Amino acid sequence: MTNFEINSVAQVVQPGAVEERRMAAVRRKRWFYMALLVLALVAPLAVYPVFLMKLLCFALFACAFNLLLGYAGLLSFGHAAFLASGGYVTGFLLTQYSGLSTELGILAGTLASALLGLVFGLLAIRRQGIYFAMITLALAQLVFFIYVQAPFTGGENGLHGVPRGYLLGLFDLNNNMTMYYFVLALFVFGFAVIQRTIHSPYGQVLKAIRENEPRAISLGYNVAAHKLLAFVISAALTGLAGSTKTVVFQLASLTDAHWHMSGEVILMTLLGGVGTVVGPLVGATVVVTLQSYLSNGPLGEWVHVILGVIFVICVLLFRVGIVGWVLKLARRNF
Amino acid sequence: MTMVLGIPLGVLLGQLLLGLINGAFYALLSLGLAIIFGLLRIINFAHGAQYMLGAFAAVLALKYFGVNYWAALLLGPLLVGVLGMLIERYLLRRIAGEDHLYGLLLTFGLALIVEGSFVKLFGVSGASYPMPEQLKGGYNLGFMFLPVYRAWVIVVALIVCLATWFMIERTRLGSYLRAGTENPKLMQAFGINVPLLITLTYGFGAALAAFAGVLAAPIYSVTPTMGANLLIVVFAVVVIGGMGSIMGAIVTGLAMGLIEGVTKVFYPEAANTVVFLVMVLVLLVRPAGLFGKEA
Repeated sequence: MTNFEINSVAQVVQPGAVEERRMAAVRRKRWFYMALLVLALVAPLAVYPVFLMKLLCFALFACAFNLLLGYAGLLSFGHAAFLASGGYVTGFLLTQYSGLSTELGILAGTLASALLGLVFGLLAIRRQGIYFAMITLALAQLVFFIYVQAPFTGGENGLHGVPRGYLLGLFDLNNNMTMYYFVLALFVFGFAVIQRTIHSPYGQVLKAIRENEPRAISLGYNVAAHKLLAFVISAALTGLAGSTKTVVFQLASLTDAHWHMSGEVILMTLLGGVGTVVGPLVGATVVVTLQSYLSNGPLGEWVHVILGVIFVICVLLFRVGIVGWVLKLARRNF
Repeated sequence: MTMVLGIPLGVLLGQLLLGLINGAFYALLSLGLAIIFGLLRIINFAHGAQYMLGAFAAVLALKYFGVNYWAALLLGPLLVGVLGMLIERYLLRRIAGEDHLYGLLLTFGLALIVEGSFVKLFGVSGASYPMPEQLKGGYNLGFMFLPVYRAWVIVVALIVCLATWFMIERTRLGSYLRAGTENPKLMQAFGINVPLLITLTYGFGAALAAFAGVLAAPIYSVTPTMGANLLIVVFAVVVIGGMGSIMGAIVTGLAMGLIEGVTKVFYPEAANTVVFLVMVLVLLVRPAGLFGKEA
């Protein structure tokens, strides 16, 4: 049994009371998401929109990663490859074909990552646990070396000056506010896909596989196919995050393909709370804020060390993550 | 000059030699990973950092204390081995009962800390280490030139690998280690101090990495990231070989080095990706790895 879970155990009480409580929880959740959405809608009035867009891209990245780790129990150490692939494909297409509208460029990047996810997935699900992590890491390194040499990535320089273009050929995305609401819409879409996946019957089977794979097999589930689909969805949404990030910053570079990036997304998810819905969001917010805060200060060169320390502390003392911890407190006190 | 497939024999053999040296490092490092994995069931992501620490120990010991190469060859592994034992005793042991993936994440965090600090302290370009006097020069074999140091690296790495294999497969201590890999609880019931055995094993694995680091110092540039990039290739080697067998780790490491060397001659663009491609091939044909027992 894995420890990557924070589940409330249903109390044995009268059926009516359980239903009542469940409905109350659903209502609370709905209010919470509404409040979050309102906050996101007004946020650019107070905070620099480009920073917020960066945050949303990484939050989507972390949420997509968490779908795999938190709900399927698969630790991928190669998600940087999907982030970078989405970015490169989108960046290349938008730079080469100036008539292409932005959303199609992003769609192409997302599909490319999904395809790469299919290839990675087919290979990696042949092994389990630690081997799975090592295989994904090695495959991502293979992709990294290809991107260093391939002609369409610009090698060490990356792709610069990717045009933001027009959304649907109508809305000028060079305006940061327009761009922000577009990014927010994409994030909400990605988040909704993840939510829908988790709460679908398919998501339940995924959790069953995470908890007890041999039993899931004996119940007749095609475990490999379930894992593969989760991997592809996760890769596609990571690609979406990467494509969007490229459009926002008008840049695609090797930084996104480096294994440090795969490590960072693990940290975001771990810090926020693995297997919680909003955990990756919180984790991404903390890590991105910390990074941009540190890079302007005297501690700028120590970023990796500080991330490493947070990593160690998380694993040793704080495995439930921020959201997991809040949920635990809430459960104890209410 | 003799030609093989349009390539001068000397060039081909030269690249094979370089490949064999890389392979010796893959073998030493994957051996350490396999030993640690056997008993602790974790993948030591700090292995690359420990290799780097070995190389830096040699550089710094020479610079500040005038410690020569031969002493560094002993001192580096000793220091890093002790550091490894402390890491096991005070950090890894705390998460011993948890999911094995946490071990990977913890050692990953440690690697980030160590490598990040070294980048800050010594810069990304790093340092160079002088070739020891006794190992300078080379032999002219007629068809190629063989530098003494490169021959030395291959011989020493092979001796250390085989000695480790002997210790694990043929001695009493090794039998404890193998039994501990199979069933640690039963071992403990028989009166073997398993926690101590685990600490020593991790220390030994770290020391092996550091030994490889000292060996590498005179021929590769000593930089804070030298281990991280190498480690990912070693992971692929481990996936190819499977971690079930000690000899398997050694053979796979050397073979991958040779394949890299050959690739460098015939298709240099793929030289740093060929090991990953072999991994893909092995996963398709034999998912458990060439020497692996478990899936």
